[in-house]
Amino acid sequence: MRNIVTMTRRELTAQFYSPIAYVVLVVFLVLSGIIFGMANFQPGAEASARMLFGLVPLILVLVSPLLTMRLLSDEFRTGTIETLMTAPINDAEVILGKFLGTFLFYLVMLAGTLVYPIILSFYGSLDTGLALCSYVGLLLVGGLFISVGLFFSTCTQNQVIAAICTLAILAVFTFLGDWLASGQEGTLRVILQHLSIRSHYEVFVRGLLDSNHVVFFITSTALFLFLGVKALEFRRWR
Amino acid sequence: MIEVKNLTKHYGAIRAIDNLTFSVGSDTTGNIIGFLGPNGAGKSTTIRILSCFQPADSGMATVAGYNVFTQSLDVRRNIGYLPESAPLYTEMRVREYLHFRGKLHGMSRRDRDNAVRSVTERCWLGDFVDRPIGQLSKGMRQRVGLADALLHDPKVIFLDEPTIGLDPMQIRETRKLIRELGDRHIVFLSSHILHEVEQICTHAIVIASGRILASGAPAELRERISAGSRLIAEIKGSPDAVVAAVKSLSGVGAVESDTQDEWTRLSIEANGAGDIREEVFKLASEKGWSLREMRREVASLEDFFIKITAEQRTGRG
Ligand SMILES: Nc1ncnc2c1ncn2[C@@H]1O[C@H](COP(=O)(O)OP(=O)(O)OP(=O)(O)O)[C@@H](O)[C@H]1O
Ligand SMILES: [Mg+2]
Repeated sequence: MRNIVTMTRRELTAQFYSPIAYVVLVVFLVLSGIIFGMANFQPGAEASARMLFGLVPLILVLVSPLLTMRLLSDEFRTGTIETLMTAPINDAEVILGKFLGTFLFYLVMLAGTLVYPIILSFYGSLDTGLALCSYVGLLLVGGLFISVGLFFSTCTQNQVIAAICTLAILAVFTFLGDWLASGQEGTLRVILQHLSIRSHYEVFVRGLLDSNHVVFFITSTALFLFLGVKALEFRRWR
Repeated sequence: MIEVKNLTKHYGAIRAIDNLTFSVGSDTTGNIIGFLGPNGAGKSTTIRILSCFQPADSGMATVAGYNVFTQSLDVRRNIGYLPESAPLYTEMRVREYLHFRGKLHGMSRRDRDNAVRSVTERCWLGDFVDRPIGQLSKGMRQRVGLADALLHDPKVIFLDEPTIGLDPMQIRETRKLIRELGDRHIVFLSSHILHEVEQICTHAIVIASGRILASGAPAELRERISAGSRLIAEIKGSPDAVVAAVKSLSGVGAVESDTQDEWTRLSIEANGAGDIREEVFKLASEKGWSLREMRREVASLEDFFIKITAEQRTGRG
């Protein structure tokens, strides 16, 4: 437990030292601001919050791989993994600490977007329940994306490869899930639909907090964290 | 303190270490153990296994009384490790890094403060503690890595080529520090510099191609090496007489000669460990021959490896 806290703090600080993280932060806020602006100032647009929240995962697919790509790749590339894993800390603590540190940085990013709903509330058009549900959805989506990125970062010492693999997987499951499912029949269709991240997320944007969808995000995040631990073990076994 | 039995490790088809067996860190070997071998011998691989970074394919190893494979966390609590390239988090400051490492070892705030102060002093980092590691030179980073390895006062310290990349002054200081560490810790260091091992270690293990070739006190090894050394001498006199006279000295083996304008250049192989320089000098002065050069060509580590490997081959027959 203490080790997880130590790792989390170190990872969060590392994010704040990293120029990439700042670029990600700025790009994320600017892009979500643009979506918000487009939605809000279009004549007759009333569901601007829904538009904003609905599109944030799109931005996250693009920027979250940049936050996660160096997590373990860099440790393997520079060799710091050797000093890290010969200290009394186990693989799961390393993975969890890295996950939490990055997740905390993601919270900072999300906190930056709070200004948009606040602006909306001044115009009196904010549905608070919807906004809260959407933020819960965004926390869950972010957690899943970070765990996927963390897994790929554990698999290779090349940050670019880690980022590209993460981007590909996230893009497929976020955007293409529904589309792929529509071309299939029967069980496969049901499975693909169930794996579509967007269809799970959209429930939150509609203002519904359904435990089924919460469970989907939490189990898939846990699955990727577990895979990350296994990948870390496996890499040392070679 | 470090016991290794039949340790073997492959990387794919490459056998990095092959059936290593040794036991060091007791009264008979002393506390500073040198692991000596040429590039690719398997030194780093062995140290990675002993420090619980990598598993082996087969065999058994215990460090500080704990099994490396089944009690990995216990082993890791009791060791400090400086990897070959001294890898560090470059964005951190030295003090911050050492505190992070101390926390991983479960040290309290106060312990960490004291330990950081004492190791930065011991490793001459006083002026750099608040500098980002990325701005430090290679030698300074090496010292940060060393400071990290000492931080939690571990029983056993693994140092993979600790003096590589240091300037001569720092090499001397580091060797001195390692000798001091031997009072309270067991130090297991790898090196490909025979001279270094001889200077600081109480026990040496020579390894090549993943196998142990020799082990013993450095002085013993030196004996075996210098037994194979040659003496080069240039003497002015009738070539045949010179060669015959030198050959008749006791302790002299084969003699090769080469004459150029009156000077005979001799390459004398010693039989056994004795030093024959004095005999040669006396001989020359007795006979009234001039002597213009005499030096001992001490066998290099490479010669030593070649010699021992050859011995092993013929021994196996
Ligand atoms: N990660 C790896 N993957 C594949 N082969 C490896 C790996 N690490 C080491 N080897 C091989 O294992 C053998 C032993 O390597 P090792 O690094 O232990 O040697 P060393 O004695 O430390 O050499 P050096 O003096 O160059 O540091 C070498 O043949 C090397 O090519
Ligand atoms: Mg090495």
